[in-house]
Amino acid sequence: MGTSGNLLFLIALLPFIGALVPGIMIRAGRNACAAFTAVPTALALLLLLTLAPAVMDGETVQAEVEWLPQLGLSASFFLDGLGLLFACMILGVGLLITLYARFYLSGDDPVGQFYTYLLLFQGAMLGIVISDNILLLLIFWELTSLSSFLLIGYWKHLPEGRQGARMALAVTGAGGLAMIGGMLILGNIAGSYNLTDILQAGDAIRASEWYMHALILILLGAFTKSAQFPFHFWLPHAMAAPTPVSAYLHSATMVKAGVFLMARMWPVLSGTDAWFYIVATTGLITMVLGALIALFKSDLKALLAFSTVSHLGLLTMLLGFGTQAAAIAAVFHIINHLTFKAALFMTAGIIDHETHTRDIRRLGGLRKLMPVTFVIGTVAALSMAGIPLFNGFLSKEMMLEEASHTDWAGSPYLVPVMATIGALLSVVYSFRFIGHVFFGPVRDDYPSHPHDPPFGLWAAPALLTVLVVLIGVMPFLADGIVAAAASAVTGAELNPHLKIWHGVTPALFMSIAAVGGGAIVLLAHGPLDRAWNKTPRPEAKAIFDRLVARCVSLSRFIAEGTHNGSMSRYLAIFTVASVVMGALAFAGSGMSAPTRGLLPIPAVIGVGWVMLIVATISVVSMHHHRFRALVLIGIIGLTISAGFVYLSAPDLALTQISVETVTIMLLLLALHFLPKDTPRESSTGRRVRDAIIALAAGSGVAGLSFAFMQRDISTISSFHIANSYEGGGGTNVVNVILVDFRGYDTYGEIIVLGIAGFLIYALMHSLLDGPAARRLRNTDYSLDRSRDRHPLMMVVVTRVLMPIALLVGTYIFLRGHNQPGGGFVAGLVVAIALLMQYMASGFAWTQARQRIEYHTMIGFGVVIAGLTGLGAWLFGSPFLTSAYTYVHLPPIEEFELATAMLFDLGVFLTVLGAVMLMLYSLSRIARYAGETVNVTPMDYDPGRASEDGSEKS
Amino acid sequence: MELIVASAIGTMTAGGVYLILRLRTFPVILGLALLSYAVNVFLFSSGRLAIDMSPILSRYGDGTYTDPLPQALVLTAIVISFGMTAVLVMISLGAFLEADSDRIDIDQTDFDKDADQ
Repeated sequence: MGTSGNLLFLIALLPFIGALVPGIMIRAGRNACAAFTAVPTALALLLLLTLAPAVMDGETVQAEVEWLPQLGLSASFFLDGLGLLFACMILGVGLLITLYARFYLSGDDPVGQFYTYLLLFQGAMLGIVISDNILLLLIFWELTSLSSFLLIGYWKHLPEGRQGARMALAVTGAGGLAMIGGMLILGNIAGSYNLTDILQAGDAIRASEWYMHALILILLGAFTKSAQFPFHFWLPHAMAAPTPVSAYLHSATMVKAGVFLMARMWPVLSGTDAWFYIVATTGLITMVLGALIALFKSDLKALLAFSTVSHLGLLTMLLGFGTQAAAIAAVFHIINHLTFKAALFMTAGIIDHETHTRDIRRLGGLRKLMPVTFVIGTVAALSMAGIPLFNGFLSKEMMLEEASHTDWAGSPYLVPVMATIGALLSVVYSFRFIGHVFFGPVRDDYPSHPHDPPFGLWAAPALLTVLVVLIGVMPFLADGIVAAAASAVTGAELNPHLKIWHGVTPALFMSIAAVGGGAIVLLAHGPLDRAWNKTPRPEAKAIFDRLVARCVSLSRFIAEGTHNGSMSRYLAIFTVASVVMGALAFAGSGMSAPTRGLLPIPAVIGVGWVMLIVATISVVSMHHHRFRALVLIGIIGLTISAGFVYLSAPDLALTQISVETVTIMLLLLALHFLPKDTPRESSTGRRVRDAIIALAAGSGVAGLSFAFMQRDISTISSFHIANSYEGGGGTNVVNVILVDFRGYDTYGEIIVLGIAGFLIYALMHSLLDGPAARRLRNTDYSLDRSRDRHPLMMVVVTRVLMPIALLVGTYIFLRGHNQPGGGFVAGLVVAIALLMQYMASGFAWTQARQRIEYHTMIGFGVVIAGLTGLGAWLFGSPFLTSAYTYVHLPPIEEFELATAMLFDLGVFLTVLGAVMLMLYSLSRIARYAGETVNVTPMDYDPGRASEDGSEKS
Repeated sequence: MELIVASAIGTMTAGGVYLILRLRTFPVILGLALLSYAVNVFLFSSGRLAIDMSPILSRYGDGTYTDPLPQALVLTAIVISFGMTAVLVMISLGAFLEADSDRIDIDQTDFDKDADQ
């Protein structure tokens, strides 16, 4: 990759980089935005022109950076004649549009947004024409659909703009999806996703049995983008866009993307009957149909839109012919159509801007009022009609010449006659554009007083009409670029000589017939128009809308059928689906023979099992009595922790016991405010159904785990056991895994726990601000209350227990690295000790003695754990690498200091803070509900009884 | 022993599933608690059962140890499921206090009310 390759990258990137600027300087005004849009465009154009001479000499400039080589995706670009032609058009017209839009858009429009979208689109379009990798090309292809959606819907306040944008996105997006399929097939046949490789593999592709699939899918993409029949309907609706957008997207660039793609794939896909009949026929139909509809449109932009459809059909037809001469004609017409059609769109925009209407029936006589616009519009329209000395004539002659000797299914007349009719119709609408807008008497009922616009607005179309005339008079000027592009399309060295006079050929007669006939038809336009309006015909938009409506109602039916607000239904569907999938997987794969024997069952474990099963069944059968169910669920938790002890998991047992305690306290606190009983409201049928689901799920899980436990698997655990002491410095492997091997996970988990704490706190606050607060105030809970809520015995005992509990917590924390324990358990133990104070002595009393806020504690915990991890960076190790050393202080035995302990301290603080914050939040609610505030620890304090007999409030 | 553990897991799952299909918040919370027990034990059992082989390295020679990794996973799972239960409890409490009903399903009438607004 040489310098020129680097330049190519820069060219591809410039619009995207530039797109960042106008959007953020939206307040800087139209001039600044336009200037900052023009700079990257001009820069890219300049760079492109430095590459042009080499490309014109037949070289291709290439640049490649591997991106995802496993998928065959690389960021590779190449520039050949075709790419150069299109890139010049995109950037050149882009510059003109930037200038035009500066004067067209009003100061009230968000101009910065417009230019950002424009540059995004320009970058995407440029990407399409210079991509070497078809996957990359697809990405840019979809980007043009998206950015054109933004541009078409730029005037968000107009419903037509939004609908048009949606329709364009739906049609071109769907085509893009089809094209992805086609491109993938193509890449598979060719064995590479690089365009240069694919272009070499034409024979293999045409011979492949997948050729037809690929062809149809790719053509779907191209036809939708280039508005070919029957997908032509989106283009006129996209005219709701601001005119600069129409001029840029719908004459010069986006709609040409489909044509570009067909030209690009021409060496690979063309040359077969299928190609000829699909592409040429579609093009022919589109050309005639588009021109016919254009004839009867009274909206200037709609007329131009259908004329564009017609001309795109012409290009498609030429490419469909599959001959080299037709390819030359197509390339030449791409240039010509760009010049006159962009100029015409801008003219229509000027007329709209000045007269405030685009309705041809309300216009006329503008020749005298807007002389400059008149000249520009007339020259461009004459070129569109194919009048000699303008460039449209030249390529139309070439088209007719090709059509005149094309044989369609054995008939030598069909294509020439249809092509002549198409040309005739285009003469009619072109003349109509000139005649009905500029000629005729000056009227006095224009919606606004028309006059020529400022220079800035007509400069761009004027420049384009200069090109129209220049090429029209001196066609050899375009020889070079047409030769380069046509050679790139056909893959053969071509040297066309473009000239005005071809001698007396069939095409000449066809042209004369078209112009003469066109003039006659225009005279009869009035009666024809009335007849046309009376004829019923299928309205594409209505069909599209019906289709959309049907899709919407179908998805609504599915969504509302499954998503009806009943959570128990979702859960049932979810459970049943999981069970069914599990059963399918189970049935589908054979099971290996068990490799492990069963362990014996000691009697005491059997008793535990019976307890657990009975408790579970009781929870289910007695869940209507909520307190009872809560007590029973505690039994289950405790039995499980006993099981953990027996099954060599002391850490789990410790954690389970402490979590169990905290959970039950939490649920008790919450139950205080909830109904104490669950009403029996499920029908018997429903209960039976749920029981069946539950039993199916239960037996499935039981079977699964039983099968699981009987078989050995290879695990990575031997690594942890082997390295726990060596690498982590601890003998409690579980703890070392938590704070060292899998420290990252633990770090994430304490953050989640902290977030849960804050979430609860936030919920509590929003509750106490809302209607719930009033309900709390007004509900009388006094009946539920014990008369002696802070009994003397409990206060004294918890006070004594407090230091002991703290000591136990510290002990568990310190031994965690080598013996069962650690930050999680220690945090929970200390939390329980604190909770006991709350329970025994009341909320206010305890709160008054609290020194550190729980939020702060969570924060400190996370920060300490994080800093410990970061500390490893200082020593050049990855995040959370731990280090340890052994210290020997004379009076005490040798002990260990590990950074992992510091990390565990973070865990400890976070767990403690989160648990306390959760319970604290619930108690806040209790206090709000009219709980009396006690300042003394006991309701009845014997020590004070003599001073004040009753402390109760 | 495996049979005992598997049947315990199955029973707790069945009980949990039945309870989460109830119509009020509190049984659903209980059901989720039961399900968390079941899932935790299931995860733990994926390390295979072992007796007297705690993953505490012995300083006196090589011993055989049970698989420590599932234990570490379950340890955090227990703490996290506590956090989840707590959030759920708070949400259901809030819902009850705001709406004076602890049903978990949206009534059709609520739908209509939303549509009217």
